[in-house]
Amino acid sequence: MSGREDELRSLLVRGLGGDGASYHAFLKDLSGFLRAYLRGRLAGIPDEVEDLVQETLLAVHNQRHTYDRGQPLTAWVHAIARYKMIDLFRRRSGREVLHEPLDDDALFAASDEGAREARRDLAVLLEQLPDRHRLPIQYVKIDGMSVAEAARVTGMSESAVKVGIHRGLKALAALVRQ
Amino acid sequence: MHTDQLVTMLAQGAEPVARRASGRRFAAALLAGSVAAVVLMLALLGLRPDLREAVRDAMFWVKLGVPALLLVAGLVACTRLGRPGLRIGSAGAVLLLPVAVIWLLAAFALDSAPASARVALVLGDSSAACVASIALLATPTFIAVFWAMKGLAPTRPALAGAFSGLVAGAAGALVYSWHCPEMAAPFIATWYLLGIAGPAIVGALLGPVLLRW
Repeated sequence: MSGREDELRSLLVRGLGGDGASYHAFLKDLSGFLRAYLRGRLAGIPDEVEDLVQETLLAVHNQRHTYDRGQPLTAWVHAIARYKMIDLFRRRSGREVLHEPLDDDALFAASDEGAREARRDLAVLLEQLPDRHRLPIQYVKIDGMSVAEAARVTGMSESAVKVGIHRGLKALAALVRQ
Repeated sequence: MHTDQLVTMLAQGAEPVARRASGRRFAAALLAGSVAAVVLMLALLGLRPDLREAVRDAMFWVKLGVPALLLVAGLVACTRLGRPGLRIGSAGAVLLLPVAVIWLLAAFALDSAPASARVALVLGDSSAACVASIALLATPTFIAVFWAMKGLAPTRPALAGAFSGLVAGAAGALVYSWHCPEMAAPFIATWYLLGIAGPAIVGALLGPVLLRW
């Protein structure tokens, strides 16, 4: 248990330091854990699992600056996943709130690599973003350009490209919540 | 979009993340809010005319110390409430300390005063102005601290809003006490705490609306 957590945690910490490969490995492994965890919690609504995995991954990324390096990773991820899950229940019914006690340790107990298609397509939502958000995300995050290249292509400043990515991914999360 | 594509997209070109960003954010918010509150206080209310004598009175410093301690405890709670998986911890208990101290002082003052003077000790001359002024002076900090909290990820938005409001109310009271001539502990124990509680209640109500992420 703690071995997995330590491994994942060190990937995240290196990712926060700017190591893209470690960060990619962290998100990849995390998505497997989240899928298994949420599949257990959302047994009654299996269609929602992959959407919630994606929503949680987006939240983990957008809020990665709130991770305290001295804090257990399980507690942080668990709190985010639970927040997003309760938000999903609110959206679904407006009444139904889950009071089931949630076991912190269960999160990294099992992993499920079998990603299914999500019902909601983030690529479609991405298209709805304004150009100042959409273009930086398209060029840097999807096409793999550097920030400098994206700035040249779009005519935006480099800092506007960075801000566009940051705000655009938050705007994407807000679109998901609607 | 397949989840693997999302993972690749999120990781692609991810910038390094600065440490201690949340603490800096709250510090900036508090600074901006306090400067605005001081300017408002000086422009609209003015310093109390007897400030030179007042600073030699221990009660003046008690009056500053109560909101100051509430402010510090509230800020610590905010930096924790803004981060998923952290508990408030001892900051919640520290909050009770200044409240207990001022209530004890108030009880002592009321007990040693003649019965006919007790109501005046509580009401003072400026109770309504006190609550309204603290609310007014809290407003810039309220906005700034909510902005800081909005950049974090509170999983308990009502509580996060309440503590943000508490910080704003305490900052407002701290600034207001440089204008306010009241020196009776029963007055402070009542109206200062009410003035601070107001923004905290507003924050608790606005948190779930404004602090979603």
